[in-house]
Amino acid sequence: MEQSSLLLFLRRMFRRKLVLVAFVVLCAIMLMALLAPWIAPHEPTTIRVVRRLKPPSELNWLGTDEFGRDILSRIVYGARASLGIGLAVVLVSMTVGTLFGLMAGYFRSLDGIIMRVVDALMALPDILLAIFLVAVLGASAFNVVLALSIVYTPRVIRVVRASTLVIRELPFVEAARALGVSTRRILSVHILLNVASPVLVQATFIFAYAVLAEAGLSFLGAGVPPELPTWGTMIASGQQYADQAFWVVLFPGLAIVLAALSLQVVGDGLRDMLDPKLRKAL
Amino acid sequence: MWLKLGRRLGSLVIVMFLVATMVFFLTRLAPGDPAALMLGDQATAEDIARLRQVYGLDKPILVQFILWLKEIATGNLGQSIFLQRPVIQAIAERAEPTFFLALFSVSVAALVGIPAGIASAVWRGRLVDQIVSGLAMLAANIPSFWLGLIFIQLFAVRLGWFPVAGYGEPGAPFMERVLHLALPATVLGIVNSALIVRFTRASMLDVLSEDYVRTARSKGLSEVRVVLRHAFGNALVPIITVVGLTAALLVGGAIVTETVFGLPGIGNLVVSAVLRRDYPVIQGALIVVAGIYVLINLLIDIIYTFVDPRVRY
Amino acid sequence: MNMDTPSLLSIQDLEVRFRTEDGEVTPVRGVTLSVSPGETVALVGESGSGKSVTSLATMGLLPRPAGRVSGGKILFRQRSGQTVDLATLPLPDLRRLRGAEIAMVFQEPMTSLNPVLTVGEQIAESVRLHMGLGHASALKRAAEMLDLVEIPNARRRVHEYPHQMSGGMRQRVMIALAMSCNPSLLIADEPTTALDVTIQAQILVLIQRLQREIGMGVLFITHNLGVVAEIADRVTVMYAGQVVETGSVGELFRTPRHPYTSALLNCLPARARRGEDGRRVVQSIPGSIGKVGNGCAFAPRCGQATDSCQAGSVLLETEMDRSVRCLRWREILA
Repeated sequence: MEQSSLLLFLRRMFRRKLVLVAFVVLCAIMLMALLAPWIAPHEPTTIRVVRRLKPPSELNWLGTDEFGRDILSRIVYGARASLGIGLAVVLVSMTVGTLFGLMAGYFRSLDGIIMRVVDALMALPDILLAIFLVAVLGASAFNVVLALSIVYTPRVIRVVRASTLVIRELPFVEAARALGVSTRRILSVHILLNVASPVLVQATFIFAYAVLAEAGLSFLGAGVPPELPTWGTMIASGQQYADQAFWVVLFPGLAIVLAALSLQVVGDGLRDMLDPKLRKAL
Repeated sequence: MWLKLGRRLGSLVIVMFLVATMVFFLTRLAPGDPAALMLGDQATAEDIARLRQVYGLDKPILVQFILWLKEIATGNLGQSIFLQRPVIQAIAERAEPTFFLALFSVSVAALVGIPAGIASAVWRGRLVDQIVSGLAMLAANIPSFWLGLIFIQLFAVRLGWFPVAGYGEPGAPFMERVLHLALPATVLGIVNSALIVRFTRASMLDVLSEDYVRTARSKGLSEVRVVLRHAFGNALVPIITVVGLTAALLVGGAIVTETVFGLPGIGNLVVSAVLRRDYPVIQGALIVVAGIYVLINLLIDIIYTFVDPRVRY
Repeated sequence: MNMDTPSLLSIQDLEVRFRTEDGEVTPVRGVTLSVSPGETVALVGESGSGKSVTSLATMGLLPRPAGRVSGGKILFRQRSGQTVDLATLPLPDLRRLRGAEIAMVFQEPMTSLNPVLTVGEQIAESVRLHMGLGHASALKRAAEMLDLVEIPNARRRVHEYPHQMSGGMRQRVMIALAMSCNPSLLIADEPTTALDVTIQAQILVLIQRLQREIGMGVLFITHNLGVVAEIADRVTVMYAGQVVETGSVGELFRTPRHPYTSALLNCLPARARRGEDGRRVVQSIPGSIGKVGNGCAFAPRCGQATDSCQAGSVLLETEMDRSVRCLRWREILA
C-alpha cells in the first residue's frame, strides 16, 4: 500500500515532463556539489598566471579566470558553498518559521505581535535587509546564512500561520481538543502534519531565493569572503574582466540560473500536486 | 472605509516603530564602538570618550533609543560619519536616480507582464501560455546583476547603443538620464515582470470563470470586450497590488542593479555605507525605504476604492 | 409537433461531449425539443440531467475548449425569416444573435452581474451594441427597462452597483438586461431557484407578463414541477442526457407516460398527500451519468424495468404532439 501511494505521488508529480527534467537537473547539481573533488577536472585554487583569462578550450572547458584558475572546476566547487548556504537557510528558516507560524496561528494572544514583526521585516526589500544584517553581523558564511534566514523566515511564518488558522477550525482538531489531547500534542502532531506540504513547497522556493540572494550579497562584497569560491564571488571578481573574457561572468551566472530555475520548477510541481484545488484546475 | 483607512494608518505606525526598533538594536550588535569607528585608527581614548558624550553614546541604551526615536519622528535621521552631512540630505541627493529607476522598471515590468499574463490566461494551456509561463519562470530566476553585466557587454560595450554606466554629467538633459536608465530599467523590468505575469494570469483565470463573464458573452459582446472590460476590470485589484508592491520593493531593492550600472542612487549609498560601516546612513536608508513601502501600501488601499465599488461603501 | 407554425427554436438530436481528466463524457446525447413563438417550453430534469448544458449549447456558451457540440442541430429562425444552425454558426454571426434575438437569464443573480459596473452600464452596453443607440439614449433605455421589470426609482437605481441590490432585484436586472433588445427567444436557466419563495412567484409573474407583451418564445429550465405547472405550455423531461418525454403541460401532468415522469410527479406534495408513493419507482441514486451504456438509462432505477429494457437502445417514440422514450409505456399505462 505504502509503496503504491508513493508511486502514485511520483507519477502525479512528474506528469509534466518539465518537472521531471528539473528534478534530474537538480539532482545532478547536488551530486556535483557532493562529489566535487572527484568530478572537477582541476584544482579550483591552482593559480596559473600564464594561462589567465583563456577562452574555453579542450584543457579548460569553460575557460580560465584572471588567475588562470579553471572555471569549470570552480563552478563545481562553488556549488558546494552556494547550495550549502541555500540549504542551511532553508533548514533554519523552515524550523524557526514553522515554530513561530504555529504559535501565531494557534495562540490568538501571540498572533498580533508575531505578525507585526513579520510585517516589519517584510517592509524591507530582501536584499537591503540582508546586506544590513551582514553589515552588522560581519561578513562570513555563517552570518550570510543567519542573515538570509532572518530575511526568509517571515515567508514561512505567513504560510504556516495561514494553514494553521484553517486547520485549527477543522472538525478533527476540535475533536482532539474535546478528547482532552494537550495543546502541544495537537500542534505537534495534527497541525504540523497538515502544514507540512505548504511548508515543503515554500522550502524549495526559499532555496531558490537564497541561492540568488547569496550570489547578490557576494557580488556586493557583503557576502562570503572572496577566497571561498561561490558562484556569486566568481562573478564579482570576474566582472572587471568581462570586456576581455565574457566567460568569466557568463558561466557562473548560468549555473545560478540553472540551479534556481530547477528548484523553482520542482517547487511548482510539488505545489500543483499537493494543492488539491490547483490540481483540479490543471 | 474611513475606519478601515484609520486602522491601516494605525498598523502602519506600529510597523514603522518595529522597523525602527529593529534597526536600532541590530546596529548595536555590530562589533566595534561607533565613536571609535567614526574617528578612525589614530584616535586617542580621550577623543573617543568625548565623542561618545557628544553623541550620547555614554547614556543607557534605552535612553539612547528613546532619544533616537524622537529624532526620527521629527525627520532627523542623524549625521553621516563619512559624508559629513545629515543623512536625510545624503539620501535626498541620491533619491532621483532611484526614483526614476523604480518608475521606469515597474513600467517596463507592467507593460510586459500584464498583457503577457492576460494572453496566458485567455489561451490557457495553449502554446502562448506555455511560452509565457516558461519565460516568466526563467526571468524570475535570473540574478539581476548578472543579467545587467551581460546587457552591458552586449548593448553598451559591443554594440555601443547605451552608455556603459553612470547617470551622466550633473545637469545633463533628461533624455540623457533616460538613456542611462534604459538598460538597468530593462533588466529590472524583465526580472520583476515574472511576478506580475503570474499574478495577472492567476487572477484573470479566476475572473474568467465567473458567472458575469458568461453573462457578458451572452450579451453578444466581442471576446476582446469581454476580456478587457468585464474580466480585466475585475482582476485589477490583485494586479494593482502586485504592481504597487513591485514598485515599493524597487525603491530599496535595486541595490545590486544600481551597483552594476554605477547609478548614484540610494542602493549605491547603502552599499558604500556598508563597506565603510557608516551606520547612521544605513539606518536612515532602511527607515526611509520601509517608510516608502508602507506608504505605497496605503496608496494601494486608497486606489482600491476607485477600482472596486464594493470597497467604497 | 406544430407543423403549421414553424418553430422558433428546434433542437434535433443534440449531442454534447466534454473532455475531462477521466476521459470524454457525453452529458447530452439525443435531445430533441422545439419552442414556437409566444410559447413557453419547460425543460425539466434533476441536476446533472444535461438541461443546463443544452441551454449553454444553444447559446454557444459551452466552456471552451473542454465542451463541444458533437452531433445534432440547433435550428433557430432569425427575425429575417432565415433559419440557421446555431451549432455550426460562425462565432461572429452567433454574437450578433446573442443578446439581440436570443437572450439568457442565469440561475445565480448574485454572481451573474459584473460587480464593478453599474447595472445601467451593463444594460446599456447591450443596447448600444445591438440597437445602435448612443450612450445617453442607451442609458435612458436601461432606465426604461428597469422600470419595465418593476424596479422602483429606476432612474436613480440605474446608477447603482449590483452589490447595492438584493437577490430578487438583481434577478430583475438580469431579466431587464435579457429583454433590453426585444429578443424573440428567452432562455431562462433556473431563474428562480436561488430566490425566496415569494420573490420566486413575483419573478415568474414578471416573466409571463413580459412574454405576453413582447411575444417571445421562452425555454424555461427548471427542476421544479410546481413552477412548470404555473408557467409552461409544454414540457420536455430529461433524464441522463436524453429527452424521455414531451407533451403539453396538461396531458403530461394528467397522464405521464414515462415511469420517470410519473416518479417526478409523485414527488409533488399535492400528489404525495393523495397517497401515491413516489419512492416506489425511483429506487436508487443515479449512477455515473454521461457514460453511454446499453439499454434504457432509467432502467436501473425504474420499478417497472424488465430484462428487455436493458437489451438495446430505446428510441424516442412520437405520436401526435407527444413523445416518450420507453419500451413498455403502453403496458405500464394499461
